[in-house]
Amino acid sequence: MLNTTELLAIPALPLIASLIVGLFGWALKEKLSHSITTGSVMVSAALSVHVFTQVLGGASFYGNFWTWMLSDTFVVPVGMMIDQLTAVMMITVTIVSACVHIYTIGYMHGDPGYSRFFSYISGFTFSMLVLVMGNNFFTLFFGWEAVGLVSYLLIGFWFRRESANFAALKAFIVNRVGDFGFLVGVLAIWYYFGTFDYREVFAHVPALMAQGHTLHFFGWEMTAITFICLALFVGAMGKSGQVPLHVWLPDSMEGPTPISALIHAATMVTAGVFMVARCSPMFEYSETALAAVVLVGAITAWMCATIGLVQNDIKRVIAYSTCSQLGYMFVACGVSAYSVGIFHLMTHAYFKALLFLAAGSVIHAVLGEQDIRKMGQLRKYMPITYITMLIAGLALAGIPPFAGFWSKDLIIESVAAREMGWIGQFAYFAVLSGVFMTAFYTFRMFFLTFHNSDRVPAKTKSHLHESPKVITVPLILLAIGALGAGAWGVLGLDIANPEIAEGFFGNSLFVMDQHNPLLILAEEGHHGWYQFLGSAPFWLAVGGIGLAFAMYCKETDMPGKFANAAKPVHTFLLNKWYWDELYERTLMRPAQCLGNMLWQKGDLAMIDKGFIHGGIVGSVLAGMERVRSSQTGFVYHYAFAMVIGVFGALTYLVLKG
Amino acid sequence: MDLNNVLGFPILTWSIFLPTLGAILIWLFLKNDTAVRWASLAVSVATFFLTLPLWLSFDNSTAHMQFEEFHPWIEAFHVNYRLGVDGISMPFILLTSMLTIICIVSAWDCIKTRVKEYMLAFLILETTLIGVFASLDAILFYFFWEAMLIPMYLIIGIWGGKDRVYATIKFFLYTLGGSVLMLVALLAMYFKAGQTFDIQALMAYPFDFDWQFWVWIGFFVAFAVKVPMWPVHTWLPDAHTEAPTAGSVILAGILLKMGAYGFLRFSLPICPDASQYFVPFIVVLSLIAVVYISLVAMMQTDMKRLIAYSSIAHMGFVTLGTFMFTQQALEGAIFGMISHGFVAAALFLCVGVLYDRMHTREIGAYGGVVGVMPVFAAVMMLFCMANVALPGASAFVSEVMVLAGTFSADQLYEMVISSKWVAVAAAISVVLSACYTLWMYKRVIFGDLVKAEVKAMPDMNMREFAFFVPLIVLVIWLGIYPLPVLDVMHASVANLIEQATSSKLPAANALAAAEMLQHAVAH
Repeated sequence: MLNTTELLAIPALPLIASLIVGLFGWALKEKLSHSITTGSVMVSAALSVHVFTQVLGGASFYGNFWTWMLSDTFVVPVGMMIDQLTAVMMITVTIVSACVHIYTIGYMHGDPGYSRFFSYISGFTFSMLVLVMGNNFFTLFFGWEAVGLVSYLLIGFWFRRESANFAALKAFIVNRVGDFGFLVGVLAIWYYFGTFDYREVFAHVPALMAQGHTLHFFGWEMTAITFICLALFVGAMGKSGQVPLHVWLPDSMEGPTPISALIHAATMVTAGVFMVARCSPMFEYSETALAAVVLVGAITAWMCATIGLVQNDIKRVIAYSTCSQLGYMFVACGVSAYSVGIFHLMTHAYFKALLFLAAGSVIHAVLGEQDIRKMGQLRKYMPITYITMLIAGLALAGIPPFAGFWSKDLIIESVAAREMGWIGQFAYFAVLSGVFMTAFYTFRMFFLTFHNSDRVPAKTKSHLHESPKVITVPLILLAIGALGAGAWGVLGLDIANPEIAEGFFGNSLFVMDQHNPLLILAEEGHHGWYQFLGSAPFWLAVGGIGLAFAMYCKETDMPGKFANAAKPVHTFLLNKWYWDELYERTLMRPAQCLGNMLWQKGDLAMIDKGFIHGGIVGSVLAGMERVRSSQTGFVYHYAFAMVIGVFGALTYLVLKG
Repeated sequence: MDLNNVLGFPILTWSIFLPTLGAILIWLFLKNDTAVRWASLAVSVATFFLTLPLWLSFDNSTAHMQFEEFHPWIEAFHVNYRLGVDGISMPFILLTSMLTIICIVSAWDCIKTRVKEYMLAFLILETTLIGVFASLDAILFYFFWEAMLIPMYLIIGIWGGKDRVYATIKFFLYTLGGSVLMLVALLAMYFKAGQTFDIQALMAYPFDFDWQFWVWIGFFVAFAVKVPMWPVHTWLPDAHTEAPTAGSVILAGILLKMGAYGFLRFSLPICPDASQYFVPFIVVLSLIAVVYISLVAMMQTDMKRLIAYSSIAHMGFVTLGTFMFTQQALEGAIFGMISHGFVAAALFLCVGVLYDRMHTREIGAYGGVVGVMPVFAAVMMLFCMANVALPGASAFVSEVMVLAGTFSADQLYEMVISSKWVAVAAAISVVLSACYTLWMYKRVIFGDLVKAEVKAMPDMNMREFAFFVPLIVLVIWLGIYPLPVLDVMHASVANLIEQATSSKLPAANALAAAEMLQHAVAH
């Protein structure tokens, strides 16, 4: 059993720090603001690591602290459940958060919203910890909505920029669409299970399946578990930027870069993957839901990779990469390789946060410029950023021994091992071709930034320099993660190791033996990590990097020729498959038209003009108008008449009766 | 339990008439505006403290009426002065006494003409509102219900905006039209049930289905106008827009709740079979309120009108929960009314703060307010998020409980369509409320500071901040720890569900009604 006080302190410290700095930030000096928040998050990280080591030793925790809502059988407690899955999430969240806190000290220095920013990111850390540590669906939902709120506030952090405000609103509303699904799923869970508690719900899934509850949805019959899983997955799609709810994630890059790293790459957007893994005891009982997860994940992984190929904004390239990599994680979960999905979540958190922070370091150096066409040769000026970003890029591309290789390779193998019909084949194609595209767009961005020709405007040039230590130290720390997290996970922790049946996650994840791709891999024999030279993904990644090298370091007129040769495709990708335009035309404008129509035609023309002004009421109104013009005390007349009326009616009825 | 003896004096009577007594004294003895303000504040605070024991010494374990008082009044017509509260009405009395204080404080500097009359109107309004919630005699209820119109009419008509006359007349006609039918329904019951206006006696009397049917319709018209439900809602945006800030606060905070309270106190227990019969009808109107009204709210260009429409949408949740006859849905509906009393009141106060500076409610006239009023922006953000029903705010508790109660309602009885899909349709509000609330917030608060008038706006002063503090505390407190309020309701709501789900018809009639119901279902 773990120490309750220690567990409570982990989310409580960032919350308290956030409240202090949020409420009294106006009175605090920059140094005090960041010391309080960074300090508390670092302590949280240390405690999380401590908890993690205890969990490794077999400890766990489960308990409720108080009752949030209660009405008859509707009982919503607030409690915690600490197991292997939670522990992995806790260290990922707190360590990345601590790095981002330190980095922010340098990055946001001198910003008028300095302490506000620190209050937000500490508040975010609290919310994310609640999300992962809760022991029931409502505690999860509390964290879920709270991270959404902080994300909204941070995307719109520079509130003078119209584009930032629009992106914030868009993020919140698209997320609410997902939340709608999530909420429906949670209601259905209560309806069928009578509780929100993970343990009780998961324990009763087989019994519910045996009872054979079905729902009819527009003529489509599905089991209760399928309905619940699909509804929850809609929530995951919103939060984790999956097609067609991905449109908010690239726009969220309007926020300051540290939060792009923390929220929109490493932690919050992975909440959907975490939730699906957490609900593995339910998803395992629904083939339909698993197929949906694979399909959506594969489409996202592939589509967002294609968009990433041509983007010119350094942060947007990485953002589309994030969507794509989240798709990989969902594909892993969908083929029942939850442990692999979570493993990729963990490695991705390190290398993607690093990629963003390094990009932030670059943006800082070139005075806020984000267009990679206006960079180049920066390696001469910022060696540490250059090397750390190279590490992150290699990790993302999946080159051994960097972190991404370990997890991505296992995803691809799992997809190959699991038989899922055409969806499985499509997913295999998507993740495999995705490897090539990932390597290409990552190194296109990398070469254009650090190699290629020097295209930095003269004005900026004098300012070019390596970032201060407060920025480079977190980069180095995260680079260690991007280098070693993969090997450590497979070789040290036995996360997702096909050769060990139980694995690291133990019973915190549930997989039916007949669909466990890791078991299938173990039976059919799979290649060891050291045999990467014989695997297709490795060569695809190398090919992608090679092509990027050829196009952006050697034959630099090639990209232009390519773009001209395939003009329609290039335009299509550059415009991100026209998703924004599609939503603008099919949802936003029609909703506004409908709203206007209901208001003007429904409320004003029909009800007010037709019914009020037209009918009997209208004539009374006209009469009133005359009364008003004589300015007598109309109200008192009314009151008097009313009292007389009441008693007159009473008298009449009494006499008659 | 008769707590009169415990406390030693008739606490409800005092709560009702102390504001009026204070108003009379102020009217007689005070001339100076400042003195009037302070005296009114003192009276409203005293009333609040007087109502506090209703909650503190409330017995949560029983559904019986508490703090009961009884005096014969008009004996010829069996009209009695009977007061009492249960777990459904008591929270509204506290809500009234609290919001009245906030109304008086919020009007402190903004009302410059006829200060005395303004304060008197609010104190008298408080009397009538507490009276409505404390009455256990139908005529007494009706008396307070109608009397409430007079101060409200004056508040909008004298201190309102430029189209106030149109708004007041519309408000008046609508409510008057509804009240007349309620009076007819009350009289019909009076004679049918053996000449009694005692609400508890009426609850117990076995009206047959036809009586219930017509009486229910009479009540429905009166209450639906007050809630207001689509399509009798158009008076509310006008009334809100033209009312002074405090008028909007009390209108959204308390007046709207009277309609839904009427459903709980009259329609459900007195006409249970008719209530069951009309469930699909109410469900449709409630869903229209959630979806149609939300879309209309989104397109508003006037902040007050937008919040008024948002109120109607939120009340759609309340009416939906009221007619689901499950513990969660009903408690969620009542809790939603209380929560909305704080959130809508706070949003109207926010608009009031802006209006006092710019004298316009047009969204387009603002932009970039956060640049000059950061504290205000933070406060308004909090209440906007509460309006969106984010967890941690009180509105979330009610929304989730209504949805849960609705989702599970078909375990209890058959509906035309499964109540699951009703809950799913109502849950669309999760998206729509975010659209209209945050879009308005973005246009008003965020953006670059370019307008000269906006640049000149000072941030909130201490007085303005002061009336937000209790609302902030309450919205968050009830959001994370709603049990003290929910506990009060459990017994009374359980009792109400018992009343509303047990048919008053003899077995044969019940069968006929069931056939009618099926008939209705088939069509």
